[in-house]
Amino acid sequence: MGDEKKVDVAANAAAFLEQDEVHEPMHDKNLWAARMHRDAAARAVPEWEELRKIASQIKEHTLTHLPDYLREFENNALKRGAKVYWARDAAEHNQHVWDILQEKNIRAVIKSKSMLQEECGMTAFLEKRGITVTESDLGERIQQLDDQPPSHIVMPAIHKTPEDVAQLFARSIGTDPGNTDPHYLTEAMRNDARKRFLEAGAGMTGANFAIAETGSFVVCTNEGNADIGAAVPPVHIASIGIEKLLPKVSDLGIFIRMLSRSALGTLATQYTSHFSGPRRGGELHIILTDNGRSRRLGMPDFWTSLKCIRCGACMNTCPVYRRSGGLAYGATYSGPIGIILDPTFDESRYSELPYHSSLCGSCTEVCPVKIDISDQILKWRKVMAAKKYLPVSRRLAFGAAGRIFEHPQLFRSAESMASGALRFTPHFLLYNKVLNPWGRHRELPHFAGQTFREWYLQYRAKNNDHGEQHT
Amino acid sequence: MKVGLFIPCYVDAIYPEAGIATLELLERLGLEVVYPLNQTCCGQPMANEGDQQHSAAAEQLFVDNFREFEYIIGPAGSCVKHVRHHLDAIPQDPDVLHVRQRTYELVEFLHDILQVESFPWAYFRYKVGLHNSCSSIRGLNIALPSEIMGTPFNKTARLLQMVEGLELVPMDRPDECCGFGGTFCVTDEAVSASMGLDKVHDYVRNDAEFIVSPDMSCLMHQQGIARKAGIRMKFLHVAQVLNGGPF
Amino acid sequence: MENNTRNHVLAAVESQLPLNRIAYPAIPAFPKTVTDLLTAFEQRVADAGGEIFRPADAVAAQALLASQFPGASVICSVTPEIKGNRDIHAVQNPHELADVDVAVIRARFGVAENGMVWLTQEDLEVNALGFLSQHLVILLSPQSIVCDMYDAYLRVHLEDTAYGCFMMGPSATADIGAVLVHGAQGARSLSVYLL
Repeated sequence: MGDEKKVDVAANAAAFLEQDEVHEPMHDKNLWAARMHRDAAARAVPEWEELRKIASQIKEHTLTHLPDYLREFENNALKRGAKVYWARDAAEHNQHVWDILQEKNIRAVIKSKSMLQEECGMTAFLEKRGITVTESDLGERIQQLDDQPPSHIVMPAIHKTPEDVAQLFARSIGTDPGNTDPHYLTEAMRNDARKRFLEAGAGMTGANFAIAETGSFVVCTNEGNADIGAAVPPVHIASIGIEKLLPKVSDLGIFIRMLSRSALGTLATQYTSHFSGPRRGGELHIILTDNGRSRRLGMPDFWTSLKCIRCGACMNTCPVYRRSGGLAYGATYSGPIGIILDPTFDESRYSELPYHSSLCGSCTEVCPVKIDISDQILKWRKVMAAKKYLPVSRRLAFGAAGRIFEHPQLFRSAESMASGALRFTPHFLLYNKVLNPWGRHRELPHFAGQTFREWYLQYRAKNNDHGEQHT
Repeated sequence: MKVGLFIPCYVDAIYPEAGIATLELLERLGLEVVYPLNQTCCGQPMANEGDQQHSAAAEQLFVDNFREFEYIIGPAGSCVKHVRHHLDAIPQDPDVLHVRQRTYELVEFLHDILQVESFPWAYFRYKVGLHNSCSSIRGLNIALPSEIMGTPFNKTARLLQMVEGLELVPMDRPDECCGFGGTFCVTDEAVSASMGLDKVHDYVRNDAEFIVSPDMSCLMHQQGIARKAGIRMKFLHVAQVLNGGPF
Repeated sequence: MENNTRNHVLAAVESQLPLNRIAYPAIPAFPKTVTDLLTAFEQRVADAGGEIFRPADAVAAQALLASQFPGASVICSVTPEIKGNRDIHAVQNPHELADVDVAVIRARFGVAENGMVWLTQEDLEVNALGFLSQHLVILLSPQSIVCDMYDAYLRVHLEDTAYGCFMMGPSATADIGAVLVHGAQGARSLSVYLL
C-alpha cells in the first residue's frame, strides 16, 4: 500500500465534476435530500442533541475500557457457541476466512456489505484463491460488477445514474440496456442473487454493533441480504472491527435510534438483526479484527475517530464530497470521515486528502457521535505539513507568505507593489504560479484605489473629526 | 470603551469600504476605535494549510498589535474564528489568551456585547440574501447551524432586520458552504467553483438583489464567480448595510 | 498461534489506551412522545411500506390471507391460527424454503415509534423463512406494542435466542438512482394482521 502513489483527490474530483452535466448535479441532489431527510428525522426526536452527547460518551467509555469489553464479548460469544478468532491486520483476517472456507471445502460465498472486509481487501484475496465471492447488497453488487470500490459507506453506487446501472447490468447479467427503471433493474438483480444465495457455502457479514454483555452483534440492512446470507448457507462468518463494541443491550436503544436517522433520515433500517451464537443447524465464526485500530486509539488527536458508527451523515452533508464523488478519494473510506481515517492506513498516499475540505464544519455538527471531524482534518494538515508531505511549491508559497506577514514593512510593499489589476491578491496566492487557478471560474477581484490603511491615516489626520463622512 | 480594530489583509486591499463602514459604525456607537498600524494578517492562511511554522510569526505579530485592547473587533468571521480557536502556533502566554478571548467578529460584538437594538441611520430598500460564513456559524455561533436541533437563532439576520426597508429572502440551502475555504479555493479550484456557482444560483432563484455577509472573503469568491458567469449580483459587507454605507 | 494473536491484539489495545478513562454516562428516562401506541404503530408500518389488517378472528384472517394472495401455491405458517401447506417442522435444510410464496409468523411485539416487529429464531422456526419467502404475513396482538426503542430493548432478551430481528416493513433499497424499491432481496411485501 505504501508503494502506491499519492491520491490526487482534487484532480479526481475535477474529473468527476467535469465529466458531464448529469452525474455531479444528481449526486449532489440525492445526497442533499438524504441530509434533509436526516434533519427532519432528527427534529422529530426531542432529545436528539442529548442523544448525541450520550452516544458519544458511551463510545468513548467503551473505547477507553476496550480490553475489558473485548474479553467480555469474547466470553459471552464463546458461551453462545460461536467460534472467535482474532486478527491483528488485514492479512490475518483474510487468512482466517480462507482457513475456515478451506476446512469446510467451501468454494462460493455470499456477502453483505462490510466496510471492514473492504478495508482488508478480502474479496480480491479470496478470488485469487478460486473462491466465488458475490456481494448481495444491491449497491455493492453494482460496484463489484463494475470493478469499483464503494463510493459511499451506505449508498455504494450513489455516484451512478440509472442509465449507468442499466448499461452495466446489460453487460453483466443480460438485462435490456434501454430499460433504466430502478424497479426492473432491482428485480433483475434479485433474481440473479437468489441462486447465488442458495449456492453459497458461507454467508459473510460485518457488524454495526457488538454487545459485550451478551456476546451478540447487530447487522443493519434495508434489503435483508445479511439475514439471507446468515440464514441460508450453513456457515456464517462475521468480520467485526474491535471498535464496534458497546457495553450493554440497552445501549442499542440509543444507537439504533440514531443510526438510520443520521444515515438516510429513516426511522431505522428495514432489518435490524441480532446474532447471539450460531443459528439452529448452523455455524458462526467471528473474526475480531484490529487492522490499525489499536494504533489509532493511541493517537491523542485522532482516537475519537474510532467512535464512528459508519452512518455516512458526514458524507451526505459535505459540500465537497457531494461534488467530488466518493471514488475521488481513492480509498476505502471517502468523505470527511475518510479524510481522517485513511491517513492512519497510509500517510503518504492519503496526504492530500486533508486539503480536500473547505473546513466548513458541517460534518462535525451532523455526526451522531460528535466526532470533531473538521478539527481533525485541520490537525491532519498539521501532520502533513510537519512531515513535509505538502508539495514543495506550496511549502515555498506559504514560506514566502509567512515572511511577508511577519514583517509589516514587507507586507505594505507587497500590498502596494505594481499597479492596476493585480496589486495584492486574495490571500497572496495569485502571486504564485502554481497556485493561481483562481481565474478559471472566477473573475479577479477589483483592487481598491486606496487601502483601508491609507484611508485611515488620512481620516485620523483630520483630527479625529467623528462627524466626517467618507465615500 | 477603547477597542482595537482588526482589518484583515484582503479587506485592507480589496474591500476597504467594509473596514471604513466598520470603523464608522463603531464610532457612531460611541466607541474609541484604534487601528494598530503594524497589523498584517492573523496567520490563518498558513495555519489552515497546517503550516504551524510559517503561521507562528504572523500570530505573534497579531498578539503584539492587539494585546493592549479590552476588545478586538474584526469584520471577518473566518479570521476571528482562527484567532479564537486556532491561534496556537505560538506559546499560549497570558497575552495570547487575552487576545484570543477578546477578539470578536463584528456581528457578535454588536449583538452580544453592545446589544445594539437599532440602526436609526440605516436605510436599505432591497431584497437581501444573507450569507453567514461557515466560520461564523459553526465557529462563532452567529446562528444555529442547520445540523443542530434546537431553537433557531441568527444574529446577523436579527441585526439586518433592524434596518428600515430591508427584506431578507429565504434560501434553499441557507448555510451551505460557498466553497471559498481559504486556500481551498485555489488548491481545489473545480470543486470550490462548483460550490460557489451553486450558491450564487441559490440567491438568483430566490430573487435576492444584494448578498450581504459578515465575511468578505466568501463574497470575494462568490463575486468572482458571479462575474465570470455573467450573473449580475451585488455583494456587500454587513457593516456597510448597518452603517448605511459607504457602498 | 490463535491464542497468541488474541493476546497480541489485547496487549496492543491495552498499551494504546487513552490516559483519560471516560465514565459511562447517566442515561435519563426520556419523556415518551408517542401516546396512542396502536395508531402510531399502524402509521409507521405504512410509512415503512407495510400494510395493516384487522381481521376479526382467525377464520377471518385465513380468508383474508386467501384473498390477499390468490395465486400463492406454497404457504408456510408457523402459527396455530393460520393453516398453510408447508410444514415448517419437516424442513431439514433452509433451501427447502426457497419456493415459499407466503410465510405466516407471529411476532412477539411491535414498536410504535417505527413500526418494527420483533421476530426470533423461536418464532421463525427456521430463520430462512423470514427471508426466502416472497411475502410475509405477521400476526401481532394489538396489546403487544411498546412505545419506542428504549422499551423495545428491555423486551428482546438476546441471551435467550441465537437470532432476533426487528423487521420494519418489507425489504427495500434505494441503491439505483435513489429511487425506493421494495423487494430487493428479502420479502417483497409485509402485512401485519392485528390479531
